[in-house]
Amino acid sequence: MSVPVSSQRVASGDVMLSVYRRGDARRPTVLLVHGYPDNATTWQPVADLLAADFHVVTYDVRGAGASDRPGARAGYRLEKLADDLAAVIATVSPGVPVHLVAHDWGSIQSWEAVCRDSLQARIASFTSISGPGLDHAGTWLRRRLLSASPRAWREGLGQVLRSWYVVFFHLPFLPALAWRLGLAGLWPRLMRRVEGAAVPAAARPAAQRRADGLAGLDLYRANFLPRLWRPQRRTTRVPVQLLVPVNEHYVSPHIHDDLPDAVPRLWRRELAGGHWPQLSRPQAVASCVAEFVRFAESGDEPLSLRRVRVAGGAGRDHGRLVIVTGAGSGIGRETLLDFAQRGACVVAVDISLMAAERTAMLARLLGAEAHAFRVDVGSAAAMAAFAAECEHLLGAPDVVVNNAGIGMAGAFLQTEAADWERLLGVNLMGVIHGSRLFGRQMVAAGKAGHIVNVASAAAFSPNRAMSAYATSKAAVFMLNDCLRAELAAQGIGVVTVCPGFVDTAISTSIQFLGVSEREQARKRSASQRLYQLRNLSPKTVAAAILAAVDSDRAIVLVGIEAWSMRLLQCLAPWLTRAMARIDPTP
Amino acid sequence: MSRSPVSPAALTTEDLDGFRRVQCLAYDCAEAVAADMRPGMTERQVAAQMKCWLLDHGVTDWFHQPFAWFGDRTAFHGFSGLGHLKGFNPAFFPSSRRLEAGMPYILDCAPTVGIYTADIGYCGCVGASPVLDQLMDDLLEYRALILALVRARRPLSEVSQAVDALCMRHGYEPRHKAYPFQVLAHRVEKLDPADKPLSIFRFGARNIRELLRDVVIGRREGWSPLWSSGRASNHPPTPGLWAVEPHLGYRGTGAKWEELLVVTEDDAFWLDDDVPHMRRGAIRGVREQAA
Repeated sequence: MSVPVSSQRVASGDVMLSVYRRGDARRPTVLLVHGYPDNATTWQPVADLLAADFHVVTYDVRGAGASDRPGARAGYRLEKLADDLAAVIATVSPGVPVHLVAHDWGSIQSWEAVCRDSLQARIASFTSISGPGLDHAGTWLRRRLLSASPRAWREGLGQVLRSWYVVFFHLPFLPALAWRLGLAGLWPRLMRRVEGAAVPAAARPAAQRRADGLAGLDLYRANFLPRLWRPQRRTTRVPVQLLVPVNEHYVSPHIHDDLPDAVPRLWRRELAGGHWPQLSRPQAVASCVAEFVRFAESGDEPLSLRRVRVAGGAGRDHGRLVIVTGAGSGIGRETLLDFAQRGACVVAVDISLMAAERTAMLARLLGAEAHAFRVDVGSAAAMAAFAAECEHLLGAPDVVVNNAGIGMAGAFLQTEAADWERLLGVNLMGVIHGSRLFGRQMVAAGKAGHIVNVASAAAFSPNRAMSAYATSKAAVFMLNDCLRAELAAQGIGVVTVCPGFVDTAISTSIQFLGVSEREQARKRSASQRLYQLRNLSPKTVAAAILAAVDSDRAIVLVGIEAWSMRLLQCLAPWLTRAMARIDPTP
Repeated sequence: MSRSPVSPAALTTEDLDGFRRVQCLAYDCAEAVAADMRPGMTERQVAAQMKCWLLDHGVTDWFHQPFAWFGDRTAFHGFSGLGHLKGFNPAFFPSSRRLEAGMPYILDCAPTVGIYTADIGYCGCVGASPVLDQLMDDLLEYRALILALVRARRPLSEVSQAVDALCMRHGYEPRHKAYPFQVLAHRVEKLDPADKPLSIFRFGARNIRELLRDVVIGRREGWSPLWSSGRASNHPPTPGLWAVEPHLGYRGTGAKWEELLVVTEDDAFWLDDDVPHMRRGAIRGVREQAA
C-alpha cells in the first residue's frame, strides 16, 4: 500500500537536511514542507496520494526529524529556513521550478521564500495551509487594532486570543516541561480528540515528537516578536492557493483578508475541519493540490478554480458555490440573488428554463458568475444527472437551498393518488434528492457548507384543508432534524426554513382540489389578495436564510404567524388541533 | 362651476400639440441638465438647475417642481414601511445626497406652459451601470404592455396588475407603489387660463386643484384619476390624458420614464414616440414588445 520512498542528505549552510522522495522524478515536483511540532512524516498520507501523478519531495526542516539541529537560536531565523528550502529545491529539481505545499511553520517559512526575489523564479506555485506569512500577519493585526471599527477589533482580538500558545512558547521552562512531562506521548490521542486527525504510525514515536517539540520552540522565539513588531511589505508574483480550514483553533480565517494587496494571483478554498487537514482530510488536500499544480503547469484554469480566485473587492461569499432550486421566482430567486450579491457563484434551478435564465441574468448584473438549469426536482434521474453535470462543471457546492415547492389545498378525501404523487414528488422527494446528491458531494470534497431545506409554518400547523401540503412540509422538517444530526460530524449545517404566508408565485398557483375551473380561479385570486394583504416578502425570507447560514442556525421561523403557531404547538397543542378544524381557504 | 374632464372632443389637435410641446421641453431640460451633471453635485443643486432652465424657457407653473434622486434613492430605498407615510414622504424631496461616479440618477419634472402641463421622468448614470441599462431595456416592454392593454379596453386596475405581474416575472420591485396612492399613472388636465400660479410644497395649486376636481367628478361617475392596482381603478380607460410612470427597482437601483398617454373613446396612443428612452432603445436595438 505504502509508496516506496528514497532518502538523501542535502547540505544547507552548516546543517544537513534529510530529504525524502516519492514518485517519478521526470514529473513535476511537488515539495511538501511540514510545520511544528511535526516532521516530514506528517505528509505521508498526502504524499502517497500525490505520488501517483507527481514527483513528491518532503524533508525534515532544521531541528526536526533526522535533520541537524542548529546550535544557536539564531540558526532558526526565517532567512536560514528559506535558505534550506532553496537548497532542497536546487538539489531535487535543478532548473525546473517546483510546486510548494506547506503547512503551519512550513508555510510561514515558505512565505519567506516565496516573497524573496531570488527564489520566485524557482517556485511555480504555492499552496499554503494554516500558516500566514509573519509580515502579512503583522500588517494585518496592526491594521485591525489601529482601526476604529468594532468589527476589525473583534477580528484582531480573535486572532490574539487564538495565539495564546505563542505567548506560552515564549515563557521560560514551562513549554519544555510540558513536552518532557508527557505531551509527546499524549499527542496522537490529542490529535484524534481535538482535531479529528489520525497521526500516521511513522509519526507516532514519542521520543522523536518530544525532540521535535523541544527544538522547534526556537522557531517561535527567534522570529515572532521581531517580525510582528516591525512587519515589512512583502509581495510575490508566485500564484498562491490558500487552503483555509474553517474550524481552525489557531489561525483566524480573517487573517488572509488583506492578502490580495500583496499577492495579485491568489486563490482561496475553505476546507472542513481543524488545523491539520493533511491528516484529517488527506484526500481533499491532495486533490486541491493536484488541481492547482496542473493549472500552474498548463495555464488552463478550470472553472472550479476560477470560482475561488480572489478578485478585488470580493464579497464574503466569494469562491463559494450556491445551488438554489425553485430559483425562477419568489424565495428561491431572492435567496440566490442575495448570495450572488455577496460574491458567490450561483446555480439557478427551476422547472422553467426561462425563469431560471432570468434569475441567472439578474445575478450576473450583480457581478456574480451564474448558471441556469431546467430540472424537475421530483425526478430522481433528472436530479442525479443534474448533480453529476454540476459537479463536473463547478465542483461540490458550499450551500444547497432546496426551495422548489408547489401549493395544494383541499380535503384529504378529495386528494387523489396522482395529486399526492405530484405534491410529494416536488415538496419532499425534491428535497431528498437535493440533500442526498449534493450532501454526498460536499462530504467527499470536505466542504463545511450548508444544506438549507425550505419547509413551511404548515409543518407544525395542522389544518383540514392542507393535509397534503402540511404533510409534505412536516416530512421535510423531520428529515432535516435527522440529517442535521448525521452531517454534524462532517461540519455540514442543515437549516430548516419555516416561512409564514409569503407573497410568491406559489400563492398564485395553489391547486385547489375538487372545485371547478371557475371556482379555482376565484379562490386563487382571493387567496392571492390575502397573501398580498399579509405582505410578507420573499426578500425577508431570503435575508433570514442568509443570516441562518452565517450563524449556523438550525431552524428559521419567518413571520409572526410562524412564530405563534410554533409556540402554540409547544404550549397548547390542543389549541392547534382545535384550530385545524377551521377551513381558512377563501 | 365644475367642468367635466377633457372629453376626446375637447382635446383638439391644437391641444395635443400644446401638451406635446411642453413634454418635449421638459425632456430637453432633463437632457440638458443631465449633460452637465458631474460627481459632487447634490440633488438640490440639480433640481434647482432644472427649475432655472425651465423658467428660462417659458415655464410659468408646475404640476410639481423638479425632483432629483441619486444612487439608491432612485429605488426609494428605506422609504417604505411605517416611515413611508403612504407616499406623502418628505424623503421624496431633493436632498443633499452627492452624485458619485457610477451612480444612477432620476430627474423628474412637471412644468406648465400656459394651460398645458407635462410630467416626465428621465434616468441615467454618471459612467456605466449595467443594472440601469437592463432596467431601461426592460422598461420598454412595460410601455408596449400598457398601451396594448389600454387599447384592448381592459380595466385600468387590471393593466396595473399586469404591470405588477411583469415586475414579478422580471424580478423587479414596482417602486411606483411608493408614490402617493401607489399610482402607476395620474390624470393631467388642461388648466383654466384665468387662474394664478401658486406653488405649495413644490406642487402647483392649479394642477392639484384639477386633480382634486377629477376625484370629485370621478367618484360621481365611477372612475378615479389615480390609476393603481386597487379597486378604485376597476373601470375601463377614461378618455383624456394620463401621465404614466412605471418605476422599477432592483437592489438599490431604480429606473423610470414618465410620459403622457392619450386615451380616446375607443383608442389610445402615446402623445409622443420621439422621447429619450425610445431613442435610446432604438440605438441599443431594443424593441418595444408587449409581453
